Amino acid sequence: MTTTRLDTAATQKHASDDKSQLGFWIYLMTDCILFGSLFATYIVLHNNTFGGPSGNDIFEMPAVLVETLLLLTSSFTCGLAMIAMRQRSKKFSLFWLGFTFLLGLAFLIMELTEFNLLISEGYSWQRSGFLSAFFTLVGTHGLHITIGLLWLLVMGWKLFKHGLTAPTVRRFNLFSMFWHFLDIIWIFIFTFVYLMGVL
Amino acid sequence: MRKLKMNTKVRLLLIALLAATLISVTCWYISTLHIDILNPKGLIAEKEYNLLVFTTLLGFVIVIPVFILAITIAWRYREGNTKAKYTPNVSGNRIAETIWWGIPILLIAILSVVTWTSTYDLDPHKPLASDVKPITIQVVALDWKWLFIYPEQKIASVNLVQIPVDTPINFVITADAPMNSFWIPQLGGQIYAMAGMTTKLHLNATEKGDYKGSSANISGEGFSGMKFIARASSKEEFNAWVNVVKASPEHLTNAEYTALAKPSKDAPVTYYSATADDLYDTILMQYMMPHESSTEQNVSRDAHTDHSHTEGH
Amino acid sequence: MNLFANILGKLGPDALPQEMVTLGAGIGMTLGALSLVALITYLKRWTWLWKEWITSLDPKKIGIMYIIVAVFMMLRGFADVIMMRLQQALSVGESNGLFTADTFQQVFSAHGTIMIFFVAMGLMFGIINLVVPLQLGARDVAYPFLNSVSFWLFFAGMIIINLPMVLGEFSAAGWLAYPPLSEIQYSPGVGVDYWIWSLQLSGIGSLLSGINFIVTILKMRAPGMTLMKMPVFSWSVLISMIMVIFAFPILTVTLTLLYLDRTMGMHFFTADGGGNMMMYVNLIWAWGHPEVYILVIPAFGIFSEVVATFSRKRLFGYKSMIYAMSAIAFLSFIVWLHHFFTMGAGASVNAFFGIMTMIIGIPTGVKIFNWLFTMFRGRIKFNSPMIWFMGFVFLFTLGGMTGVMLAVPGIDYQVHNSLFLVAHFHTMIISGVVFGFFAGLTYWFPKVFGFTLHEGLGKTAAWLWSIGFVVAFGPLFILGLMGATRRLDHYEDTGWQTLFIIAGVGVMIIGLGIVCQLLQLFISIRRRKQNLDTTGDPWNGRTLEWSTPSPAPFYNYAVMPTVTERDPFWEDKQAGKTTRPVKYTDIHMPKNTGAGIIIAGFSFLVGFAAVWHIPWLATIGVIGAIVMTIIRLTDDNTEYTISAVELAKLDQAIHSKGQPV
Repeated sequence: MTTTRLDTAATQKHASDDKSQLGFWIYLMTDCILFGSLFATYIVLHNNTFGGPSGNDIFEMPAVLVETLLLLTSSFTCGLAMIAMRQRSKKFSLFWLGFTFLLGLAFLIMELTEFNLLISEGYSWQRSGFLSAFFTLVGTHGLHITIGLLWLLVMGWKLFKHGLTAPTVRRFNLFSMFWHFLDIIWIFIFTFVYLMGVL
Repeated sequence: MRKLKMNTKVRLLLIALLAATLISVTCWYISTLHIDILNPKGLIAEKEYNLLVFTTLLGFVIVIPVFILAITIAWRYREGNTKAKYTPNVSGNRIAETIWWGIPILLIAILSVVTWTSTYDLDPHKPLASDVKPITIQVVALDWKWLFIYPEQKIASVNLVQIPVDTPINFVITADAPMNSFWIPQLGGQIYAMAGMTTKLHLNATEKGDYKGSSANISGEGFSGMKFIARASSKEEFNAWVNVVKASPEHLTNAEYTALAKPSKDAPVTYYSATADDLYDTILMQYMMPHESSTEQNVSRDAHTDHSHTEGH
Repeated sequence: MNLFANILGKLGPDALPQEMVTLGAGIGMTLGALSLVALITYLKRWTWLWKEWITSLDPKKIGIMYIIVAVFMMLRGFADVIMMRLQQALSVGESNGLFTADTFQQVFSAHGTIMIFFVAMGLMFGIINLVVPLQLGARDVAYPFLNSVSFWLFFAGMIIINLPMVLGEFSAAGWLAYPPLSEIQYSPGVGVDYWIWSLQLSGIGSLLSGINFIVTILKMRAPGMTLMKMPVFSWSVLISMIMVIFAFPILTVTLTLLYLDRTMGMHFFTADGGGNMMMYVNLIWAWGHPEVYILVIPAFGIFSEVVATFSRKRLFGYKSMIYAMSAIAFLSFIVWLHHFFTMGAGASVNAFFGIMTMIIGIPTGVKIFNWLFTMFRGRIKFNSPMIWFMGFVFLFTLGGMTGVMLAVPGIDYQVHNSLFLVAHFHTMIISGVVFGFFAGLTYWFPKVFGFTLHEGLGKTAAWLWSIGFVVAFGPLFILGLMGATRRLDHYEDTGWQTLFIIAGVGVMIIGLGIVCQLLQLFISIRRRKQNLDTTGDPWNGRTLEWSTPSPAPFYNYAVMPTVTERDPFWEDKQAGKTTRPVKYTDIHMPKNTGAGIIIAGFSFLVGFAAVWHIPWLATIGVIGAIVMTIIRLTDDNTEYTISAVELAKLDQAIHSKGQPV
């Protein structure tokens, strides 16, 4: 009894880390189901081109490959940032996080360029069920990336100002889970939307 | 104490009497009603009715014991009855629990077999086996009326469908409106009518008569008025009716159809002595391809329908 | 005019109520809101309201707010019922009744949506908030702030669904708004958008609550309370919340896609353009079927507590109960297709889903038997929660039987979308969910407020509801078999009218039940001094929550309890261990914050702007919500400490003085 009393403060800190990790995992599960529903929608509609273009007609594979590489690398640099954080190096953490941010931004810009091109060719989301599903699925991923970038920006600022405080490190742990999760979702998009679209 | 007990008994008796009276009055009242589903007039409706009765009886096998148990236990182990046994620490009994996992499993197993076979038997898509040549009727749910096209007779009617008895009817169903559900309770169950898609329902009538038909799925403001009459008659009467329709001055041309398809409430019964070729397919196809597409696509679409016309039917 | 449209989107003078009925409702609602504001101002209660309630992160207060909203929404939903019953009793043959078809359709669409999302869900989250932390021996939920956001999102959704009475119109497409009827082509007004955004906001709130309570239950149980020693109600909540996190993301997606169709011209569910309306029906029921089990499983949990307590006996078959609930939860995800056997799937698909549906009857039946055998050889006190339970046993068993009937596709082809179906699901939801929550409210009321509710009126209400229910829905079963479809604003067959009138009488009886409940609340508050719960244990309870004083202090437990057995408090009482070990330590409690209501307020602006197509307002809403979230989430100073000394003072004050009210 007495020992547990003595450790309360320590266990409480630990418990709160534990709680936020578990909660965030569960949130990612719900996000997984959200994307799952969008994938299901895409699979149902991917042949409903309504006389418009199919995936094969519009997907630019080289660009998509570059996007994939950007995102995968950003996941890697995010991992490096986490290692730097564990080694208590604020400088390296910031450096790798900055790198992650730039890669993510580049990905987003490429995606928006792709969308813009499609719309300018007359293949917007209004054209067919297939394009609605495509823009919504890929766009939702892009929206998540945007939120991730915003998160990175805010927490990067916090890290820059206040250093490696416990709450900041905890939040970055959650961020890295989020970022890797988006990476996995992208791999699914790459496979099911793009690769199977052109095959 | 004894007096109080008497009173309780009298009161219980009174309650039982009251309940019995209420139940009998209710039953009597129900028996005076005309209940469509319990008065099937077609082969499919008949089977569906039998299934309903069977399932209800099977349900009673579990419901009645539960009711009796609930009343007895509640009465016997009420707080006031200090003579009843009291075992506060019992928290389970393997045998008892096995029994009431077992009984429902058994009942559901029986019902599952019945469900599996009856679902195949009553599949709306399944044509009815019969020596009589079936009649195909194309049904289009419109805002807010039902259009019936008889492709073989090349006639059409609104809000009235006449059929000969003991003849399999193949209803081929679509919509040029929000989702509806095609239902003639006394002939048999329901299927959705959806734009751009065809569903099928195979029914037949075993007795002459006028049966109510309606839409069972909300489709907008005029939905409540989306009723029609399903008139089952003898073969001769049916042929006579076809001739009456053929004498109608109205022709269901494409233009006439466009006017008809505009929303209207409580549409009167209307007969059309002729219909545009492949009207049903045209209605269906308008949801498959863009309206404002290039002429090139239009041509190919026409070619396609022409093609199917020469080939099919 | 153009400028007007640029600034206000679709919002214009014609958005104001045009019809007598809506005008009356609109004026009534506006006056009601204004007089409430005036009253609070007059009583100078704004600061109190803000400090004690709006910014509070205490789950008990949040729970109370959920329940208040739910009770008001129940009255609104019941007003809709009265309008529907009046219309259907009168609108036969030549007569057109009181309302136009459009109004009538808005009324039933609102009724269904409000009753599920804002009454049933509201009562459920209310009770969960009140009870779960107490039952677990915890001081709080896992994420107190998130809990506040959830509640205020629910509140924002509630405002949005009530706005159509003042501005514009509500959806007339039924409570699940099937496309293509709900698409812009057939429903060009703002009604469906109101429906979408009301559900979207409250749905996200529910999703966040789901995450919150799963973590609470998994991580914050009292020392020694293993999962298999956890009270059944908490188990039911855990199962229900797991279902929430699986089901609600699907709702979020479905609503978003429908909104994209309507606003951006996409083609997910449109009839043309390559859309697929059947996909909507699949998606909405992939959420919708689990949803009803999300509601009913906590009600099962409540009944389990109530029956064990009032029979003064251990719950029969604790493990079986939990397996049964888990089985029901799992099965509920693979039966959604039974809502549309009539959409034309093949026989094998229909048969499979039919059989899966029936299988749910097995664990449900087991639960009924277990409850009855909990009463067997008990000493049953028939307090009002037990009356609700008895009503539940009879009605729910009958409802279950009709459910098994509907699960047979061959029968469903005949009665689908008829009043038979309407009667069936009302049996399940009213006797299961609503009776369960009423029982729970009566049962836990003293724990939260410190005094018990008037028993006589509570019992009368339970009887009136049960009898009224039979009178109101019995006729609908028969009408369904007579061929009456649901949602009719008018019918020709005069043979139906008597039954509709009888159903109306039933509704009046239920109405009397509601009057009894309101009276019960009123009288109980007035006579609270006589009904004070000074022991903290008015029912001779079994679980932890009864070991802390009533009303439970804001920190729930001054000293964290430890658990060694399943019914810890009961066992302690049996063993005569009633003295509390008093060794106070410092505790940490969350600070109040207005961030929850501010985030939800901005979300409300987003919803409102999305309904009326006002881009600038939507932008403000999005940015505001994000900024507020960032401010809150980067705040490291959200807790305060109550020192052991202060805690001792607070605790001893409660124990020496009796209960502060």
